[in-house]
Amino acid sequence: MSPREIFALRDHLGAELTGRTLSDAHDVVSLTDILSHTVLGGRLRELSGRAVLLKLSDQLRSGLAMIELDGIARRMLLCPPDLNPTHLDALIADAGIDAVVTDEPDRWADTGVSLVVTARLPLQATVPVRTERATEWLMLTSGTSGVPKIVGHTLEALTGAIVAEGPARRPAPVWATFYDIRRYGGLQIFLRAVLSGGSMVLSDPYEALGDHVARLNARGVSHISGTPSHWRKLLMSGSAAQFKPGYVRLSGEIADQAVLDGLRAAFPHSSVGHAYASTEAGVGFAVNDGLEGFPANYLGNRNGVEMKVLDGSLRIRSTRTAHAYIGRNAAALTDGDGFVDSGDIVELRGDRYYFVGRRGGIINIGGLKVHPEEIEAVINRHPDVRMSRAKSRKSPITGGIVVADVILADGTDQARVKEIREQILDQCRAQLASHKVPAVIRFVEALDVTPAGKLARTDA
Amino acid sequence: MSVRSKVIEAIQQIAKEQHVTLPAISDDLSLHETGFDSLAFAILVARLEDETGVDPFTISEDVAFPATVGDFVRAYENVPA
Repeated sequence: MSPREIFALRDHLGAELTGRTLSDAHDVVSLTDILSHTVLGGRLRELSGRAVLLKLSDQLRSGLAMIELDGIARRMLLCPPDLNPTHLDALIADAGIDAVVTDEPDRWADTGVSLVVTARLPLQATVPVRTERATEWLMLTSGTSGVPKIVGHTLEALTGAIVAEGPARRPAPVWATFYDIRRYGGLQIFLRAVLSGGSMVLSDPYEALGDHVARLNARGVSHISGTPSHWRKLLMSGSAAQFKPGYVRLSGEIADQAVLDGLRAAFPHSSVGHAYASTEAGVGFAVNDGLEGFPANYLGNRNGVEMKVLDGSLRIRSTRTAHAYIGRNAAALTDGDGFVDSGDIVELRGDRYYFVGRRGGIINIGGLKVHPEEIEAVINRHPDVRMSRAKSRKSPITGGIVVADVILADGTDQARVKEIREQILDQCRAQLASHKVPAVIRFVEALDVTPAGKLARTDA
Repeated sequence: MSVRSKVIEAIQQIAKEQHVTLPAISDDLSLHETGFDSLAFAILVARLEDETGVDPFTISEDVAFPATVGDFVRAYENVPA
């Protein structure tokens, strides 16, 4: 392949579109003339052909460094903010890292990494460079308790779904996401913003939700994505009332009917869609009919994405999947036919498939397998419920029972709590097998959400 | 509310939820005759643990599972506060 056939991020950016910005809670950077500026102190040349660890404390400099490094570095490993530092040595060895881009250069002074480049703002003027190669993008899986797996992508695979949708309508969208852009779900949005000719507003983990929404409004955000847990938090916060995005997207967790209906009620003038994607399987599909699950005719080959269900789980083969796990003892990412097993269990009801849970998330109730998500989806249908989590609790009698923690809508009359508990239990008994009906329902003020935006299930 | 009345109230609540028709409750009634299955007992023990803070059947390994309603109530009454 000759270099002129390779498109890197810089080749999607040009001075012809004005007014484009990338911003966080503290800084606003113009994307219009970004190619003649550097966040790397003008040291990009030194990183040519290197395996670069991108280890920065903020998303803004991370995104700017991605734009510079793509097409120049041999590979770049994106470190999400919640990465356990004790895993760094193993990841550096597995990815063959020989350079780091950081904002804490002192920390790297005495490590084995030979080249340390500091990323800093404000940007400095520099001479634009040309794309040299197809850089390998390395991302980390979330949700595993041990060392995360390194997943290898190309820009072409990462942007396959974006390119397939065709050019964005004018005016160019202003994207935002509750995700971190160093995670797959967030990176998709960052890449959409870069490829669509639009702008992007980054999240900040230390910012109050109300302030975040005010900032989204001030910057004119039109398209926004997050996990169902992110969205439930927004719906609970009371901040949604001031916000009027055109497009609301959910991904990363099961979008149940309750959260879809809640968003449609909160944003009556927005289109609400849920997308199915994972770090390994890439973007599978989007569902825009307002209903949970997906039409059964999505199976088979559709827009270059092949899907099938085997042993209950969704399997995907497409040019958008990752190409391999990277590392010394890396497992195979696909089966012999090139399908990625998503680990997401689906169930056919009528002419639609519904997500029932993760294969790894099954809880054992008296010898019977239960997906907590299936129970939560039923509880969440109660109009006074905002969010719930089902889990197992040891029982001296049956070995295990289902218990549920439930957050009620703000301002729920305390006198009605007993009645609501009984209604939830009635609802569960009508729709679930008896061993799946929670034995105990506790009303709680908050439920933990992981840094990746998913409901914490550490004890599940 | 006494421990006894908490236990009896929980039994009646769960019977209602599980659509179990309880016979008249007395200390001599065998637990088998309540019509509760193991799931209903598991729910009962979990709810009582939340309410009283104790699960007498997990605390001590040599407590035999009670045979009658009276034994069951005493298992809760005899837990040191």
